[in-house]
Amino acid sequence: MSAASDSLDQQRVRPGDVVSAWVRNNGWALGLIGFLAILLVFTKIILPTYGAPGVQGLAISVLPLALAAVAQAIVVISGGIDLSIGSMMAVTSSLSAVWMRGQSEEMSIVIVLGVILIGLLLGVINGTLVVLTRVPDIVVTLAMLFVWAGVALLVLRTPGGESADWLRNLVLGSIGNEWIPKAGVVLLLVVGIIWLPIRRSKLGLSLYAVGSNSLAAFRSGVSVSRTKVIAYMLTGLFSALAGISLTASTGIGLPVPGDYTLLSVAAVVLGGVSLAGGRGGVLGPIIGVVILALLRNDMAFLRINTHYATVAQGMILVGVVMVGTLIQLRRSRS
Amino acid sequence: MTEVAGATPAGNPWLTGSRWRALFRDTPVIPLIVLLAFLVVLSELVRPGIVNPSWVAVIIRFAIPLAILAACQTLTMLTGGIDLSVAAVASMTGFFVATLVGDFGLGAAIVIALLAAALAGLVNGIGVGVFRVHPLIMTLGMGLIVLGLANVWQVQRVQTGAGVPLEFRSLGAGNFVGVVPNSVLLFLPLAALILLGLHRTGYGRLLYAIGDNPVAARLSGVKAWQVLIVLYVISAVLAGVAGFIYAGVTNTASVSLVDSNLLPSVAAAVIGGTSILGGRGGFGGTIVGSVILVVVISLLNSLGYPDAVRQVLFGSILVIVAAAYTRVTGES
Repeated sequence: MSAASDSLDQQRVRPGDVVSAWVRNNGWALGLIGFLAILLVFTKIILPTYGAPGVQGLAISVLPLALAAVAQAIVVISGGIDLSIGSMMAVTSSLSAVWMRGQSEEMSIVIVLGVILIGLLLGVINGTLVVLTRVPDIVVTLAMLFVWAGVALLVLRTPGGESADWLRNLVLGSIGNEWIPKAGVVLLLVVGIIWLPIRRSKLGLSLYAVGSNSLAAFRSGVSVSRTKVIAYMLTGLFSALAGISLTASTGIGLPVPGDYTLLSVAAVVLGGVSLAGGRGGVLGPIIGVVILALLRNDMAFLRINTHYATVAQGMILVGVVMVGTLIQLRRSRS
Repeated sequence: MTEVAGATPAGNPWLTGSRWRALFRDTPVIPLIVLLAFLVVLSELVRPGIVNPSWVAVIIRFAIPLAILAACQTLTMLTGGIDLSVAAVASMTGFFVATLVGDFGLGAAIVIALLAAALAGLVNGIGVGVFRVHPLIMTLGMGLIVLGLANVWQVQRVQTGAGVPLEFRSLGAGNFVGVVPNSVLLFLPLAALILLGLHRTGYGRLLYAIGDNPVAARLSGVKAWQVLIVLYVISAVLAGVAGFIYAGVTNTASVSLVDSNLLPSVAAAVIGGTSILGGRGGFGGTIVGSVILVVVISLLNSLGYPDAVRQVLFGSILVIVAAAYTRVTGES
């Protein structure tokens, strides 16, 4: 699923080739979709009443982590990793909830846009530090994890603040058909509007190029430093969206959100993005998040001790990655 | 090295101009001890009278378990890996002993807990060494598995009640000869073992070799998978021992007791000069790094800053120290 094949697709090729190329490049994501379909059928079997409300609840509960996974996927594709995503979500969730308290609906639109800009700024700071200090990404963002977590606590000591009604209505409930949850539509729209045009552009190609081989990218005239900063900026942007969606789905700001950072890394790897960089997309991680959440739901339906769900998550993470690594090893040998 | 540089000053200006740099790169412990001394003096200036034997004892008491956890990170980072399962494993062993000691006695409970830890490490090692799963993912997944299983165990045992054995409390919080923490008695031989193991044994060399250049190591006949399996078992057992001390220091048995020390353990190894990319570093720096972290936390505490400000400063210091390293060593 390299960006290079996309530009080839734009040349004159037969539709059949395009489809088979797409299937080949997105094999991992297709496999995940198949797994998800099986899991949904399984869910319906063990809980015959599972229906539209269940799907809506699932969509709302996965929205923040799905956006966090997209944020992580972008930076991992460009060859980095961002351990501060959870803390950036805390900053943006707290800021949006504090600023929106008692504000009019119109004003809250401006506030949401402002918080998104702040997310961009946080990302730029992360990226600039990585580029300027030349310290490995994982160390810099580990340090920034503490910094942003502290900033979030300065903004909001305990969970509080409030969310504007339109923001809550944006993610709660369904649209058109009761089977189409708003949260899912929002997720696809946000990713479609922001990430797809970037991926199709020269910038997208640079992100993949820097991730797969930064020296080769540099020698082909890509500004590696600028591309890295932009990658972190996009990660900050999606972290801000994840933080805002956290505020929207819970109705309050959370200065200490759950373990989103490490789960986002898990979802990214589950979604077929190589930690070495340069390979993968954002669709796989999103499906990975849904699978992890649905598994947790299923275990609750089966009245299995919820702690086994944690065990299952760990096992699936490790198992899927093992299978993926084995497939890659076999491919590289043949 | 200095003779060579002196002999060819024109041929290698970088080296002659940077004798200090070379010294720092080869022995990061020296600048770290200078930094530590500076922090201690700063603590004394900020809060006159704070630096006394009991303060030192408190610092050592908290630095020792952190240094053992950071040893896990140091050893795995030398091979280019990382062990994110140490917090779950350490919490698990402390909790296991606290719940098992009533039925089996202390010795058997410790053996069972360490065996469970070793099993987790074995699976880590097989995943990383044989199946080539990225260490970050393998140990992250193993952390989830251990945490989940420990939680299940907790639900099973909730009625019987759990108590940290007296021996652990003495190990974690007790003193001998007035002010020397008991955990020093455990830590000194352990640290000597790790230091000697890294610098005086073939196995220690192999860790550096694999991290520095895995291809060269493979071509010279190193069976990396065997080295890695042993490494992750060692790491998990060390984490288990750290768990005993944490249980004793805090006098609590909880399945998430050590979680908040996971990222600081990575930070301590990084501050101590071990490269997260592998092949460079050592345990000596890590020990000083752990003490520095605990002193910084204590200093920020004594200034009375709220938790939020402390976290911001802590992160900033981490970035600055790591950046200084990269400047000095010239590594990217």
